[in-house]
Amino acid sequence: MKFCGPKLSLCGIIISIWGIIQLVLMGFFYYIRSVALIEDLNIGEDHIFKNSQEFYSTADKMYSLNAYNCWIAACLYIFTLVVSGHQFYMNNRNTMSL
Amino acid sequence: MGSLFRSEEMALCQLFLQSEAAYACVSELGELGLVQFRDLNPDVNAFQRKFVSEVRRCDEMERKLRYLEKEIKKDGIPMLDTGENPEAPQPREMIDLEATFEKLENELREVNHNAEALKRNFLELTELKHILRKTQVFFDETEQQMGTAVASQMADPNREDEQVTLLGEEGLRAGGQALKLGYSTRLLIWGSKILKRSESKFEPEKVGNFYFRFVAGVILRERIPAFERMLWRACRGNVFLRQAEIETPLEDPSTGDQVHKSVFIIFFQGDQLKSRVRKICEGFRATLYPCPEAPSQRREMAMGVMTRIEDLNTVLGQTQDHRHRVLVAAAKNIKNWFIKVVKIKAIYHTLNLFNLDVTQKCLIAECWVPLLDIETIQLALRRGTERSGSSVPPILNRMDTFEDPPTYNRTNKFTSAFQNLVDAYGIASYREINPTPYTIISFPFLFAVMFGDLGHGGLMFLFAAFLVLREKQLAAKKSDNEVWNIFFAGRYIILLMGLFSMYTGLIYNDIFSKSLNLFGSHWHTNYNESTVMHNKDLQINPSLSADYDQVPYPVGLDPIWQLALNKIVFLNAYKMKISIIFGVLHMLSGVSLSLYNYRYFKDRISIFCDFIPQVIFLTFLFFYMVLLMFIKWISYGPQNDFPDSPACAPSILITFINMVLFKNAEALPNCNTVYMFAGQGVLQKFLVLVALLCVPIMLLAKPIYIMRQQKEKHVQLVNGHATTENGDAEGAGRVVQQPPPAGGHDENEIGELFIHQGIHTIEYVLGSVSHTASYLRLWALSLAHAQLSEVLWSMVMTKGLILESWIGGVWLWFVFGFWAILTVGILVLMEGLSAFLHTLRLHWVEFQSKFYKGLGYAFSPFSFEVILNTASTAVEE
Repeated sequence: MKFCGPKLSLCGIIISIWGIIQLVLMGFFYYIRSVALIEDLNIGEDHIFKNSQEFYSTADKMYSLNAYNCWIAACLYIFTLVVSGHQFYMNNRNTMSL
Repeated sequence: MGSLFRSEEMALCQLFLQSEAAYACVSELGELGLVQFRDLNPDVNAFQRKFVSEVRRCDEMERKLRYLEKEIKKDGIPMLDTGENPEAPQPREMIDLEATFEKLENELREVNHNAEALKRNFLELTELKHILRKTQVFFDETEQQMGTAVASQMADPNREDEQVTLLGEEGLRAGGQALKLGYSTRLLIWGSKILKRSESKFEPEKVGNFYFRFVAGVILRERIPAFERMLWRACRGNVFLRQAEIETPLEDPSTGDQVHKSVFIIFFQGDQLKSRVRKICEGFRATLYPCPEAPSQRREMAMGVMTRIEDLNTVLGQTQDHRHRVLVAAAKNIKNWFIKVVKIKAIYHTLNLFNLDVTQKCLIAECWVPLLDIETIQLALRRGTERSGSSVPPILNRMDTFEDPPTYNRTNKFTSAFQNLVDAYGIASYREINPTPYTIISFPFLFAVMFGDLGHGGLMFLFAAFLVLREKQLAAKKSDNEVWNIFFAGRYIILLMGLFSMYTGLIYNDIFSKSLNLFGSHWHTNYNESTVMHNKDLQINPSLSADYDQVPYPVGLDPIWQLALNKIVFLNAYKMKISIIFGVLHMLSGVSLSLYNYRYFKDRISIFCDFIPQVIFLTFLFFYMVLLMFIKWISYGPQNDFPDSPACAPSILITFINMVLFKNAEALPNCNTVYMFAGQGVLQKFLVLVALLCVPIMLLAKPIYIMRQQKEKHVQLVNGHATTENGDAEGAGRVVQQPPPAGGHDENEIGELFIHQGIHTIEYVLGSVSHTASYLRLWALSLAHAQLSEVLWSMVMTKGLILESWIGGVWLWFVFGFWAILTVGILVLMEGLSAFLHTLRLHWVEFQSKFYKGLGYAFSPFSFEVILNTASTAVEE
């Protein structure tokens, strides 16, 4: 079954590989609480914390959440890679037989 | 000296070839591709040359091959491209080739002609089949409703008004009598041949008081509306048209296109209307077919048509098979043949450039040859002689010439792309310094300064690495996509640009606008909890050892700056300074290269009157500014007390402006002075004065020197003549006449020299100011790139991380794809292109203007490889 063209499937493969590498790494960095990624945590600018404990617990929660989301997205990209790889194979096989 | 630094030394040679051996020798030289022949009969037109008939025969062969190729492509047969390169065939082989092509072409033309005739037959039969089928439906309808008023039957609500009117009128005239069509109609004369596209003749048939007749035919579907209207207008509504679409598209035999057609049948009465209808049909290119009126005859005819169609199908199939066989056989060799023909043609073209010797026994050629390759060329000539079986060896004879030889830079696959960048500006003058080897390093580096991002550089590097690693396979594919070919040709440039960008990205500590904390930041916060909780912005003091380690981060920028609010302010100061530093060094290296040019061309005056003042001007003003930057970096630090504290550090730009304007600035409070070191004021005044003094030297020294030299020569000349004048009274008249024109010529030259030198000097002096400023684009683009990638991250990627459940993963999956596409499209491709163009400008204008003339012309050797490449691209276009 073929539903992607050769270019789209190639594009899918490249983005998937890139996505898997980058998202796994990002997930890892979120997991180890990297400071560089703190701006991407979903904590509003105007959020007022009563004390540092509250801030730490919120940030901790957000870090873990983002880490898991990154890994979920990476897994989805593995799925995308398989699909577009299959499509690419189908396309190539077709051009071979022609 | 390596050949990359200067172009090859060339020699003009005369080549004597024996007539019989000439063809084989030129063929060998073409394989070698190291000889550029000169046209020795430029005033002879193309038709008067010696080998014009051979060239024509080659043209004819090429035409036939192109025809064959077109047919092969039409049938979608793959052409075998083995990539082998057959040698140019012997002249006698040409006749064989010609005969083969002739035979193939004739066969193919015949087959095509037959196939077309058959197809036309087939089309006509198919149309007739459809007519019979469709009209049957019309007639059947009528039959069913026979006995009812035709008017009501035909006034189908879907029909257009005009037809309703037509039938209404008819109905009125018929006086309510039923019009019996179809069943009662009958065909009288029926042509013996069904196929004949003859006019169908129908006996008028009487229905009540009226004679009704009809014609049936086929017309292109898109013409139907116009056709209908025309019929209505021209016949004043007195005809009745019915039409039905043919569902399957039919093939037009002449063009091979699929066309949609419709069957129509027109009823009318009277001869006048008949001729009118016929004319209209003709005008609309409708094909009329005879259609019998009696159903039994129609049935019979339909049977006949069906059998004929089947017969035709088998014949058509056989014709196609035959054609296919012929083409498959041709497809195996066609590439090979093309190469052979192109080679023969190129050889005869080259032979046409030669001079014929008086005895007609040998051909004389003049050619440019790289000195280093003379041995190889001689070997090739010997091979050619042996092949042709000639006993007289060819003679290669060096000639002296005053002409400028062509510029030939030997390149390989790595350097050729960079050489192309340089050549795009202008081909180097003969034996001039070639900027390519320096460009190979400085081009990717300056690019990377503007494109500094580890991630984007990495993407670029990976793409180029793929191109480089698979270059053999990719080159064999020969894609005709222009953009792809540009990337592929520049793969080594892209590879280096990517690599250098990764390096600068590491220094800027930027990877997709995020920082890497590889060695641990050297800054620390020591604020207590309440301070942090109650203050929005806090500072970290670099003078305190607790806050800052007093040792910089080992590689590049400290990652803490990514989170700092004053990141841009800090980076701007840094990037602006390094831009100017790189710029001045780049320009200085350009000026230094001009020294090598002067020394090579033994131009001592230019060294003293151009090079030295130029270097002094650039060094004393702009390199001094660079030194000031280093002094500022070294001598001011946060832990120092006044006046060495950063608060006292003077602005370099202001210092420089004041230095040139001889202005004294006021020192800040607590700082003793505006100067960074003792004696700076005096030194600066001295530097500016010396630099300014260089301007008149650049402007005047060289012309005046040359003028004086010429005057000296002139005096000697006059003295020399004077002595002869004394000795020889007869020469007196001649001597008196000679000097004035010579002197006038000299004055012209001197004037030109002054103007040229003036332009050159003004360009250099103003140029060094504007070019130095121009290098600030390094900073500007680098800032823009960093900011753009930060914006992209915060506007797109951050939005992918806002959902607070596992759905966020799916959302992130989608957002990441979007971000990745934008990253490649905007940041890597568009920003990369812009940085590339700015780098190109920095090289062409700021760097090469210091030493590069670029007035040469390229060496274009006679080479089969080049000719075949251009031929294949021309075919693809």
